[in-house]
Amino acid sequence: MTTVFGIPTQALFGQLLIGLINGSFYAMLSLGLSVIFGLLNIINFAHGAQYMMGAFVAYFLLQWGGLGYWWALLVAPLVVGVIGVVLERTMLKRLYALDHLYGLLLTFGLALVIQGLFRNQFGSSGLPYQIPAALTGGRNLGFMVLPNYRAWVVIFSLGTCLVTWYVIERTKLGAYLRAATENPSLVQAFGVNVPRMITLTYGFGVALAALAGVLAAPIYQVNPLMGADLIIVVFAVVVIGGMGSILGSIVTGFALGVVEGLTKVFYPEASNTVIFVIMALVLLVRPTGLFGRDK
Amino acid sequence: MVTVREAAAAAAGGTLTAPGRHQVTAFALMVAVLIAAPFFVYPLFLMKALCFALFACAFNLLIGYVGLLSFGHAVFLGSAGYTSAYAAKTWGWPPELAIVTGTAVAAVLGVVIGALAIRSKGIYFANITLALAQMVYFFCVQAKFTGGEDGIQSVPRGVFLGLFDLRNIMTMYFVVLAIFLAGFLLLYRTIHSPFGQVLKAIREHEPRATSLGYSAERYKLVAFVLSATLSGLAGGTKAIVFQLASLTDVHWTMSGEVVLMTLLGGLGTVFGPVVGAFIVISLENYLAQLGAWVTVVQGVIFVTCVLTFRRGVVGELARLLNKPL
Amino acid sequence: MVKRIAIVLATVLALGPVAALAQVSDGVIKIGVLNDQSSLYADLAGQGSVVAARMAVEDFGADKKGMKVEIISADHQNKPDVGSAIARQWYDVDKVDVILDVPNSGVALAVNQITRDKGKALLVSGAATADLTGKACSPNTIHWTYDTWALANGTGNAIVKTGGDTWFFITADYAFGHALERDVEAVVIKNGGKVLGKVRHPLNTADFSSFLLQAQASKAKIVGLANAGGDTTNSIKQAAEFGIVKGGQSLAGLLVFITDVHGLGLPTAQGLIFTETFYWDLSDKTRAFAKRFAERDKGIHPTMIHAGVYSAVLHYLKAVEALKSDDGTKVIAKMKEMPTDDPLFGKGTIRVDGRKIHPAYLVEVKKPTESKAPWDYYKIRATIPAEQAFRPLDQGECPLVKK
Repeated sequence: MTTVFGIPTQALFGQLLIGLINGSFYAMLSLGLSVIFGLLNIINFAHGAQYMMGAFVAYFLLQWGGLGYWWALLVAPLVVGVIGVVLERTMLKRLYALDHLYGLLLTFGLALVIQGLFRNQFGSSGLPYQIPAALTGGRNLGFMVLPNYRAWVVIFSLGTCLVTWYVIERTKLGAYLRAATENPSLVQAFGVNVPRMITLTYGFGVALAALAGVLAAPIYQVNPLMGADLIIVVFAVVVIGGMGSILGSIVTGFALGVVEGLTKVFYPEASNTVIFVIMALVLLVRPTGLFGRDK
Repeated sequence: MVTVREAAAAAAGGTLTAPGRHQVTAFALMVAVLIAAPFFVYPLFLMKALCFALFACAFNLLIGYVGLLSFGHAVFLGSAGYTSAYAAKTWGWPPELAIVTGTAVAAVLGVVIGALAIRSKGIYFANITLALAQMVYFFCVQAKFTGGEDGIQSVPRGVFLGLFDLRNIMTMYFVVLAIFLAGFLLLYRTIHSPFGQVLKAIREHEPRATSLGYSAERYKLVAFVLSATLSGLAGGTKAIVFQLASLTDVHWTMSGEVVLMTLLGGLGTVFGPVVGAFIVISLENYLAQLGAWVTVVQGVIFVTCVLTFRRGVVGELARLLNKPL
Repeated sequence: MVKRIAIVLATVLALGPVAALAQVSDGVIKIGVLNDQSSLYADLAGQGSVVAARMAVEDFGADKKGMKVEIISADHQNKPDVGSAIARQWYDVDKVDVILDVPNSGVALAVNQITRDKGKALLVSGAATADLTGKACSPNTIHWTYDTWALANGTGNAIVKTGGDTWFFITADYAFGHALERDVEAVVIKNGGKVLGKVRHPLNTADFSSFLLQAQASKAKIVGLANAGGDTTNSIKQAAEFGIVKGGQSLAGLLVFITDVHGLGLPTAQGLIFTETFYWDLSDKTRAFAKRFAERDKGIHPTMIHAGVYSAVLHYLKAVEALKSDDGTKVIAKMKEMPTDDPLFGKGTIRVDGRKIHPAYLVEVKKPTESKAPWDYYKIRATIPAEQAFRPLDQGECPLVKK
């Protein structure tokens, strides 16, 4: 059995694959956060809470509506996206003229409220959500058993990320969005309804978070605090990738998942912190992030 | 786009030189209330509020007068707390030495983090301070001497300066009050000094200040270190009062709490952070019976303050009186 | 002269009963239930412990005996600073006489010290650390329901003896996790087993896939989970995904509660083996209790922690009644003198180091087909007699134990 630094290569490949799977959650979540920041200049600290709401909606759909996972993938992002739209219209809109930091504080406060309310109602032990029947079981790859569901997670998130990137960077709609943030009055003058685009964009970013939540529900427990410590990690991913760079978030999300996976093998206690070390290093060398543009 | 700096400037308002008569009155009122309070209200609760008030005042120096939002300020509170606790318990040092050591550690940490972060501005500054804070947090979780999740417990209170036995709760209270007032006055003097004038100039228009020959980075760094040091003083004192140092004090949610206190009280006002700290601590105390409602209420306060109450309690009061507070 | 004596005598006699009552501080016995009501321990203790305490007060018949008992509760949020602040305030200002429950070993140790400084009483049901009856033992504290040593001894011994002689640990990286891992490892080695590897994970980890892979690669027969709450349930859920059990390994949950099993669901939790000191379906008395408890607590059945709170409050009140005083140190001493007897734990004793002794049970989670109703989750694999269930008195390094 060959080893690399004392770890058998087989086990190493397994860990890399796991890292990639975790990376897909980071990528999807940071994608939503990045879309919102890149296009709207809002730092959506409530992203973790919205991810959690997506998982809960999936749970409710199953408990009360008998609607399974596949419905949840469609319905949960819509529901949470609508909630996001309402939030934007009623609260976030008022902060656009102010410093970014107020947006951060507002969404931070919202996250506290949402998480607190859910915790009051549901406790923190977590609610069960089964893996959908079509995706149970696993494939023996020789060096590990890869659960089918996790393979699905990677494929689905990669797909979603690529579609989103394509829409924003390569289509007309995306071009309008990008133009609207750079020069809203000019774009408005061309007859494009800028405020509505902004609202829909926020809703879309939030829907992405909720979608990640539905993906997460069968793997992690559906619990009110599932987004709480995740948010600062995702935040770090976005910062490293470059705030506002869609591609940056996607690449960094996957890459960091792999780095974290490797850390778990060699120095597991540090696995929560390695991302921040990297963030500090990147910020010192390149303050706008790896792919970022200065704003 | 209105930046935090401009908002703080507007709140601070007025001149930054000699204290107006109203400010002296406000100060006298605050001291009088604080001296009388322990006879009516549970002193331990008051001491907690005083420590946090000092922490919030120190934080306010950075956000209110320099315009920099640090999202990792808790590390100064917590690292000083651990150091003081360790010094008092394991080395058996008297409380004043323990607190001074804690403060010194926070100062050193302030220099290190400040030097690394100060080149950035705005959201990037907040990011770096958060990243560095998380690393300190990790260190605190791992290091043997901090006791991990259990923290350092049973810290002895000792005898302050060889004269005041801190096991007596009233004696302890007045010592803490003295420490708070010392820190508060130091901050006040800093703001109303030539140094403070330069800070104001940098906040209002950095390139102009630089063109006048002031090294903006150096001034900001000094302010950062001062803020860190006084946060450390608050943390060291708190560890002796509660005879405990724990991970809560270095966690990033604690950084969020001090932002809440300062925002609620009024960014850039002198008395704002004190008021904000007292309100938040009281709420937490009162709502502790109701469990998770504490976070909900904190969140609601954040939201309300940001949307409609940006000047904070003291800021609004100052506007009513049309005088800086 | 005689008249004066007579007056004094008369006064003393008249005041006698008043004086006896007044020895119960301000006429009220105030019980404070301090635990986690909002995060990872809220279900296994939380509001349920308050319900259990109330039931104990009612079953004791406090009203009929003319004893005024009040119960208050608070959430320590698993933070030693919050817990110790509440304890201080309760003792100094709110005149609380005894504190109950306190899950989370860090908080329990802090409250243990404060209780000792102020001469009050602490009855721990929720916390695990065996240090409470070891190095940190106190004449003001009794450790009721379970501890890390009992868990290690029960689960570790039983598993090794049934063939699980190679272990891999997945441990929560803090004091409680380390202690549990250390205690179980000692038992495994003492019984001739081997520990093939360990991995430490940060507290509150969401994803265990990487650690489970390492456990799989080690080919140990038993994967020991030295963690609790959300960490344990996550480990178990994800172990199912990675086919750990299907691949021939077994999971040993070192600290699992019936509420965790309920949260996981039987399909995922089946086959788990662990130690508890109470199960609601053991006897008619426990079943009756569980029924009453469930009615008062949203259908949830009592965990061993809830049972411990009930049993402790009952015994405490008996001691106060016998002593006619609620002075902390004296009541604890009296509780140690009197043997215990309640419908939930049966007959038991309390040792001089503050350890309550009762039998422990090795349980296995039923398969879904074996369970006939909700909460019908356990099969009892073995009963560990009381004398063997807890650490021997002389091994604890407790200063109260005279050599």
